[in-house]
Amino acid sequence: MESKITNYSVPTEYQSELGKMNILGFWIFIAAEIILFATLFALYGVYHDRIGDGPAGPEVFVIKDVVIQTVLLLTSSFTCGYVITSMRRGNVKGAIVWIAITLLFGLGFLVMEINEFIHYVNAGLAIQTSAFGSSLLTLLGTHGAHVTFGLFWGIILAIQLAQRGITAFTASKVHIWSIYWHFLDVVWIFVFTFVYLGGLM
Amino acid sequence: MDIKWDQILIIEEPIMFWTFIGLIVSSIGLVAGLTYFKKWGWLWREWLTSTDAKKVGIMYIVLAIVMLVRGGIDALMMKYQTAVPENTFLSSQHFNEVFSAHGTIMIFFMAMPILFGIMNLVVPLQIGARDVAFPKLNLLGFWITTAAAVLYNIAFLVGGSPDAGWTSYFPLAGKEFTPGIGNNYYYVALQISGFGSMIIAINFMVTILKMRAPGMGLFKMPMFTWTTLITCLIMIIAFPIFTIALLAGMLDRVFGSHFFTVADGGLDMMWANLFWLWAHPEVYIVVLPAFGIISEVVATFSKKRLYGYHSMVWAVIVISVFSLLVWVHHFYTMGVGPTVNSVFSITTLAIAVPTGIKLFNWLFTMRKGRIAFEQPMLWALGFIPTFLIGGVTGVMLGMASADFQYHNTLFLVAHFHYTLVGGVVYAVFAAIYYWWPKFFGFKLNHKLGNWHFWLFNVGFNLSFFPLFFLGLDGAARRMYTYSAETGFGPLYMLSFIGTLLIAAGVVFFVINMVYSSLKEKRITDRDVWGTGRTLEWLVPTPVPAYNFAVIPKVEALDEVWHRKETGKALAFDEKEIKDIHMPSHSGLPFYMFVAFFISGFLFVWEFQALAIASLALPFLGMAINSFTSYDEGYYIPAKEVIETERKGGGEQQWKAK
Repeated sequence: MESKITNYSVPTEYQSELGKMNILGFWIFIAAEIILFATLFALYGVYHDRIGDGPAGPEVFVIKDVVIQTVLLLTSSFTCGYVITSMRRGNVKGAIVWIAITLLFGLGFLVMEINEFIHYVNAGLAIQTSAFGSSLLTLLGTHGAHVTFGLFWGIILAIQLAQRGITAFTASKVHIWSIYWHFLDVVWIFVFTFVYLGGLM
Repeated sequence: MDIKWDQILIIEEPIMFWTFIGLIVSSIGLVAGLTYFKKWGWLWREWLTSTDAKKVGIMYIVLAIVMLVRGGIDALMMKYQTAVPENTFLSSQHFNEVFSAHGTIMIFFMAMPILFGIMNLVVPLQIGARDVAFPKLNLLGFWITTAAAVLYNIAFLVGGSPDAGWTSYFPLAGKEFTPGIGNNYYYVALQISGFGSMIIAINFMVTILKMRAPGMGLFKMPMFTWTTLITCLIMIIAFPIFTIALLAGMLDRVFGSHFFTVADGGLDMMWANLFWLWAHPEVYIVVLPAFGIISEVVATFSKKRLYGYHSMVWAVIVISVFSLLVWVHHFYTMGVGPTVNSVFSITTLAIAVPTGIKLFNWLFTMRKGRIAFEQPMLWALGFIPTFLIGGVTGVMLGMASADFQYHNTLFLVAHFHYTLVGGVVYAVFAAIYYWWPKFFGFKLNHKLGNWHFWLFNVGFNLSFFPLFFLGLDGAARRMYTYSAETGFGPLYMLSFIGTLLIAAGVVFFVINMVYSSLKEKRITDRDVWGTGRTLEWLVPTPVPAYNFAVIPKVEALDEVWHRKETGKALAFDEKEIKDIHMPSHSGLPFYMFVAFFISGFLFVWEFQALAIASLALPFLGMAINSFTSYDEGYYIPAKEVIETERKGGGEQQWKAK
């Protein structure tokens, strides 16, 4: 698995059998994740106006912050693309630096999201408040937990890249992480559209 | 938290007390036995950390059989309680706990693990692969399922068993109506077991899509492999829905959210919808592999090619699509109105078509076949009529207007036992008798097998057929007792007697396993039954760790049969054998078992902050795995492979019978 890359006709991450299978397995996992988030969206769709005695969405949403969050996460997806291009060029340092930049954007997103949660609780909206609060915070929280997981995962992979360089196997690992990261971005676009923009309409 | 600390250990009732004592004595016995015979190292190295799919499969089956006994004892207690009117053997609360445990355990910790076990044993062999795609992940799946099983099974002694049924409907299952922590076990344990199922689904999907022997196109795959593939697909679609439903249920109970509560905007029927969106496909998740098993067994013992192979495959695919479109038929009485009910009634009835195709195909496979009444075939023959009764009564229940009569009566209970026992359990027994000799090198005893089959078959029908009539007479399910005036007594008693026969049948099965492993003749024939059709009959018996010394090139559906008919050599040139790569053992999945158990336990006991912090334990395991995943595995030298092949009936001459 540690063999040097010699075949340049196939992207690095697809050069080992194991790497190929891991990537396919991960795509299947993403399919399951799509259903998972779809269910959360469905719950939110049903519950978004079932606010009980608590506040409604537009009363608590701070759109300016959400736009910044969105920009941060979308940019991190862009820089995540550079991780893969550096990797395919065989540039270890470049890949690690781009991972670090991606993670910083991700961290920024996460900090703002935690802030957002604190703001909601102060505004009287917690998961105990109403079905709306439960479904909103569970949807955002599940996404946020995924981002947190992606952060740690990215750090672990950056260390492994530094230790072992770019091999077919490490490349497939980084590629899988990048699929995950892009996926979280796609989920966020749906969150932004359906939860925040939809809430304002 | 509203836990009364003096109620942690529930051993006041005599049944509980003696179960508790029994558990402690048997655990001490197990530990002492392992220590006395110095088997700890062997157990750890050869089994608990083994990434060999065959061993993982056997461990799944052992887990499932233990759970079958536990769930079976629950069934006996229920049947004993209802055998006579106004019985006081179980209190209403205890009865609730017992039927909840029976349903949950039989579905999650018996039916699914036993099928996962059979998949692990058979699928790699059927597709001509040496292993599954992700061996370590495979072992992890087993340990996660086991963590869930252990967590669920300690509930009745530690904190109280879930008591809202295996469906755990809100608002009954919510905190308002079921305070205490007992019901938390349901959400947490099943969540954990869901991760295990997901792992199996991804692993086998990749295995089947990527690791088939050269020449084996999708439409040259054996039926069991096909049904496994489709089952995995349904699991991937359905399980995440349940994950969210369980998460929401757990949040409602432990963190006070309002998904399914009556107050503050929650919708209790949302649980029913999410639950059945998963649970109806779940029925097919367990029954499709059973169909696959029956297809293999019927073809082998009729000495004929499976009739209508393509229609069988398409039937399975169509069933998988429809399985996701029928969930509302579980609550026609919810009041969604005639239009919605009609739609779901039609989709439900439509499932009868592909299922009917399958039944006819099995019958046509047997037509003019030379049927050998071996044990597996007996179970397959028992399967067809019992499953048919289950299916036909399913059509009755599927008609929305009529369902208002049957809803939540014993008619329903009889129906789903005819599909799940008559379908899944019969097929599983067929599978165990069918593939047992391949892995252990001896057949299960024929005579004891006959006792097993006839006791079980007669007992099953005696136990569940009366329930149809009881249900039509108005006996509701989940009733812990009834008055003598209802006239239910005699049929309930008959049902209890049937249950005793089932239990006797299972006892014969266990005796058979022990007796046969001591006494039965050892065999090394590759084609154990003489009429094997698929690739698993090409490898030595018992199957060596590497499965195939040389990966076969596949030309036809039923490759082994094809080779026997065309007189093609079944053996291979020993010069083709090279060193074979094998995955290393791993202790990490066992660590994950401990991690998930601890974390799950803290969630159940509502230590909110500690529970969330404890999630670091499984994530730590994942991080360690990431750093240690560069392990290269090891190689079995070609010389050793050649020796094994020669010993394992390698020179046997193959002839079509």
